[in-house]
Amino acid sequence: MSATGLVCDVRVRLGTLDLDVSLRAAPGELIVLVGPNGAGKSTLLRSLAGLLPIDAGRIALDDTVLDDPGQGAFVPAARRSVGVVFQNGLLFDHLSVVENVAFGLRSRKTSAREARRVAAGWLTRLGFDADAGVRPGQLSGGQIQRVALARALAFEPRLLLLDEPFAALDATTRVEVRRELRRHLDSIDAPKILVTHDPVEALAMADRLVVLEHGHVVQQGTADDVRARPRSLYAADLVGIHLLRGTARDGVVTLSDGREIVAATDGALSGTVLVTIHPRAIALHSRRPEGAARNVWSATVADVDDDGDRVRVRLGEPVPLVVEITRGGRSALALEAGSPVWVSLKASEITVQPD
Amino acid sequence: MTRPRQRRGAGNQPPLPAVVLGLIGLVVFFGLPLAGLLWRAPWSDVASVLRDPHARDALRVSLICSLSATGLSVLFGIPIAWLLARGRFPGLNAVRALATLPLVLPPVVGGVALFYAFGRRGLIGEWLSRWFGIQLPFTIWAAIIAETFVAMPFFIITVEGALRSLDTRYEEAAATFGARRWTIFRRVTVPMIAPSIAAGMALTWARALGEFGATITFAGNFPGKTQTLPLAIYLAFENNDPAGIVLSILLLAISIVVLAVVGSRVFANRAREAGG
Repeated sequence: MSATGLVCDVRVRLGTLDLDVSLRAAPGELIVLVGPNGAGKSTLLRSLAGLLPIDAGRIALDDTVLDDPGQGAFVPAARRSVGVVFQNGLLFDHLSVVENVAFGLRSRKTSAREARRVAAGWLTRLGFDADAGVRPGQLSGGQIQRVALARALAFEPRLLLLDEPFAALDATTRVEVRRELRRHLDSIDAPKILVTHDPVEALAMADRLVVLEHGHVVQQGTADDVRARPRSLYAADLVGIHLLRGTARDGVVTLSDGREIVAATDGALSGTVLVTIHPRAIALHSRRPEGAARNVWSATVADVDDDGDRVRVRLGEPVPLVVEITRGGRSALALEAGSPVWVSLKASEITVQPD
Repeated sequence: MTRPRQRRGAGNQPPLPAVVLGLIGLVVFFGLPLAGLLWRAPWSDVASVLRDPHARDALRVSLICSLSATGLSVLFGIPIAWLLARGRFPGLNAVRALATLPLVLPPVVGGVALFYAFGRRGLIGEWLSRWFGIQLPFTIWAAIIAETFVAMPFFIITVEGALRSLDTRYEEAAATFGARRWTIFRRVTVPMIAPSIAAGMALTWARALGEFGATITFAGNFPGKTQTLPLAIYLAFENNDPAGIVLSILLLAISIVVLAVVGSRVFANRAREAGG
């Protein structure tokens, strides 16, 4: 059995949902599945996990066929090697933390002692620092996510599914858990699919974004691919947010190309950071805007994309931003590919968080 | 979990007539009978009654039968409850009606029904007798069957309710972690409904302990064999024997202990289950 990753072609009708998705995930790849509520994200995960047989199509993982109604093949959830991190964790409240993590190993006939040893190892590796003998009811949101991830990884699944792993976390914990999660996921060789509808999570985590709407993949690619040409309103809104990495010092963020951005932070943040720039923070001008001293620079328009409703302007050096403007705005500024333009960013609409 | 405490304002105080009726109901139907029992209790005779071999036999038979009936109810009741809660087959409602019929059926009728099923001339009793030489009526087995018949529905409806309100996502999660059906049932489903199982057992045991009509009809009233505490109490009461009251108080004490020890904890858990 070779590790070829996940190849699936899923068709499911469920109520008003008509899911028809073809997806490949290479070993080690992290796909972030985004889409509005009811798009079929959870249904797709349930099909992959074996909780919902597909109506037509085929699911294969590392050359093993998991579901193929045409051939009458269906491997039930219990015999698939798929780890799932469920929304809200879904830890078993009647079992201790370490027993929760050992659950998958115990189900696979590992001895109790060995299972507990391996489970404890995963908990340590994932930075679970509380008493592993307690019941999950007493844990914080961040700890619950660590245990849920350890439980899904402990039996070394060949596919990892994460359903809105940050949904139940408060903002501070969310940032912390996301950083950790990305670090841990990088070391997992199995294909990984993460479902979210938080744009920042999606952009910060994804090797590849897959945008699902009304049961269909409307677009997939890297965040930059999708940003350059979003193929739906949802995708445009999602990637309208820019995420840049830089180094913060005294409220000033130095981007990788050396350009400095001033953000409205308390100045306490330092080190590597993620800068989130909302579309409404960016303004284009034909002349250098008056008053604003900082976060202003001149740029060249790389290209202009007019899809009839919205106009997207892609800027070249020094900071590659995509800006949405109205058609009226475009003619007022007389923007074409190659036009010079002044860019300003509103510091109050820029958020900075630790990376 | 914790519900917001209601302020005792003008809007949620019970109206006076309800308070008066409630108090009258409490006193007439619960308070007075209890007081009567305690008032007439021959406290000086308690020790001698409890040493009396007849009373001890009745207590022993009662404990054996009611505990066996509880055990049988758990053994058969969990699968039945599971079928009723999760089953998808035609006639499900008819099956539920059948399983809960003893709740509304007069126990004496139940006893008669059992007699014509398992009695010597009964539906299968005849074959039991002819092929295996087994005769159930008027044995302790008959008393156990009668008590199970009457009490098991309490267990079934309690557990069925818990299974219905159980979040099935936990069982699905267990499946993705490699657990087969039996493992899921044993390691996830049963532990998650454990408080309701305990509550159901307490109710079932209490009902079995107090069983009278079906037992006396199907199992008779043989001291040391099928005479349970309620039967002994009735007989003593008929004969103006003070042992009747002492044994009544014994049953009352057992009931209160069940209510206090099991009830409070179990019902608190169930409230939490329902709230969470």
